[in-house]
Amino acid sequence: MVKLEEYEPIAGKGVIGEIRLLAERLKGRSVQHINSTAVGGGVAEILNRMVPLLRECGVDARWDVIKGGEQFFNATKKIHNALHGADEEISGDMWDIFWETGKRNSEEIPCASDIVFVHDPQPIAMVNQKDGRRNKWIWRCHIDISHAQERVFDALRGQIIRYDAAVFSAPSFARTLPLRQFLIAPSLDPLSDKNKDLPRNVVEEVLAAYGIKSDKPIVTQVSRFDRLKDPVGVINAYRKVKRYMDCQLILAGGTAADDPESVEVFEQVKRQAEGDPDIHVLLMPQNDIHVNAIQRASAVILQKSVREGFGLTVTEALWKEKPVVASAVGGIPAQIRHKHHGLLCHSVDGAALAIKQILQNPEYARRLGENGKEHVRRNFLLTRHLKDYLLLFLSLYETEDMVYL
Amino acid sequence: MTFKANEPFIFYSSLQLVELTGVKAASLAELAGHIRAIGASSIYHHTHQFVRQHLYLSPEPPNDFAYWVSDVLGDERFGEALSAIDIMAYPSIGSIREALISTIERALGERPRLKNLTAPEGEEFDFLKSISFIFPTDYKAHTLGEFSDCLRLVSLDSIYFHMFEARLRLERPTNDFSNWLATSLGEEGLAVNIARIDPYTQTGEGIRATILRILERRIKALADIHSTAQE
Repeated sequence: MVKLEEYEPIAGKGVIGEIRLLAERLKGRSVQHINSTAVGGGVAEILNRMVPLLRECGVDARWDVIKGGEQFFNATKKIHNALHGADEEISGDMWDIFWETGKRNSEEIPCASDIVFVHDPQPIAMVNQKDGRRNKWIWRCHIDISHAQERVFDALRGQIIRYDAAVFSAPSFARTLPLRQFLIAPSLDPLSDKNKDLPRNVVEEVLAAYGIKSDKPIVTQVSRFDRLKDPVGVINAYRKVKRYMDCQLILAGGTAADDPESVEVFEQVKRQAEGDPDIHVLLMPQNDIHVNAIQRASAVILQKSVREGFGLTVTEALWKEKPVVASAVGGIPAQIRHKHHGLLCHSVDGAALAIKQILQNPEYARRLGENGKEHVRRNFLLTRHLKDYLLLFLSLYETEDMVYL
Repeated sequence: MTFKANEPFIFYSSLQLVELTGVKAASLAELAGHIRAIGASSIYHHTHQFVRQHLYLSPEPPNDFAYWVSDVLGDERFGEALSAIDIMAYPSIGSIREALISTIERALGERPRLKNLTAPEGEEFDFLKSISFIFPTDYKAHTLGEFSDCLRLVSLDSIYFHMFEARLRLERPTNDFSNWLATSLGEEGLAVNIARIDPYTQTGEGIRATILRILERRIKALADIHSTAQE
């Protein structure tokens, strides 16, 4: 179990001291997190670290996971996609299963803690318990609902507005709602396999394992094979750069077994890459050390998404002091101030121009990388996330904009 | 002789939580309209939070309004005008608000083309606001020497709190450092010199270093006076 003090050399002594001070003000309060899975996915990953750290600080934190059958999770996946803006048909039966399962979970998991922190739409009906209690309820929305299908959002709205507060990851994700809404960005854990420092020889070994030489600058995009990540656009941008600068491209990511389209996209990308030995299309299993090594071996990291959530792959690249070229979509502009921490783009041509500017100006690339790492250190580490959650809990008992602790 | 203040300077610090207001602007006219109506905590957020978020960057990036105009609406000339608003010259959030509105309205009058600029979908200006949580730190000073020692150790958040949050959000007449130095130690000259520092055009560590330089010069001068008097 990682201890809070282990973050001190990275985040700074002052930050750890502030966390302890805030936790002191919450002594005696209990916090209950509720989500839909104990393993897999970003929410579980964060809670696995966050809950023990909250306990270490003296906050009485617990974590409950709702239960549901295959039909429930099929329905929640479609709801999730529709909230992201996908054109999903959710039948009446699916909604019935969603609400019935929500009701059952609400009856089985008592939410008596002072603060109940519900993550994402799956457990949203837990708020049914609120009326009989005097505690505070927070709905934490980890997804971008700015383009949500209105009829799906409307079906959930009645539940959302019963909460005391909602939390979003980027300003553009929020909606107009009659409750307080807070902005809390996600974070990365600098001590995890995906983000910890790696010795040079490990990086070389990983490249060798994929048959990649480090004799030419590497341009990389790490993302699952999904049209919304525009992998074909990435290849087109690389080809425009390659006319002037000898470089190589890595497209690394996974396909999801339950997503037939991702296999189709992977095959399409392979076809596009045919005939160029400098394009490496890597179907990577979930291997955090490999992802870490490939990011560290890169000269430029690309995230040319058409749509994006917060874009934690961008955060990971910035943390590794890499110059980043990324689309100005989703949470990416919240992470990159154009020309300060990286370069934002809006098209294949824009991406190609930015890659060339970085590859041809190593000093500029170094400065962007340094700024990017410092930006993450101050704003997107797990410790900042923990601090924001503690402030959020305190804010539930305050109404003023200036609060004396 | 070291002069000791009756009332020590207690270093405070503040932490911010960001609240979404749900208010968005897609054009300059909308931006000016919302700046007029939005709460003071939002004006403070967009003219100050960037300094805290990017306090290691040199040169400093522009304030949020200027950045949006330059990089999203694509008018660098007007973005420069907004970033050049001298926040130090304004004593309150209300006066900063008026300066922003008059700068935008003047530009819309002088350059009608600006009225046609609109943000692409999803890149509108989102008005946010800062909730500040203020708390005392363990650092306390009775003398100029102690004050200087503490200043070396406190967090940058503490320096920002006393340098501009106290002045603008708590509407104190000057920054807290200058106020204490003048009223508790009688160091009017030092107070004026520190009040002249522009915290918006240097990094956080740069501000700390500048204040320390001013203090050290004064401490040395006092020591010289003291040793001359003893001779």
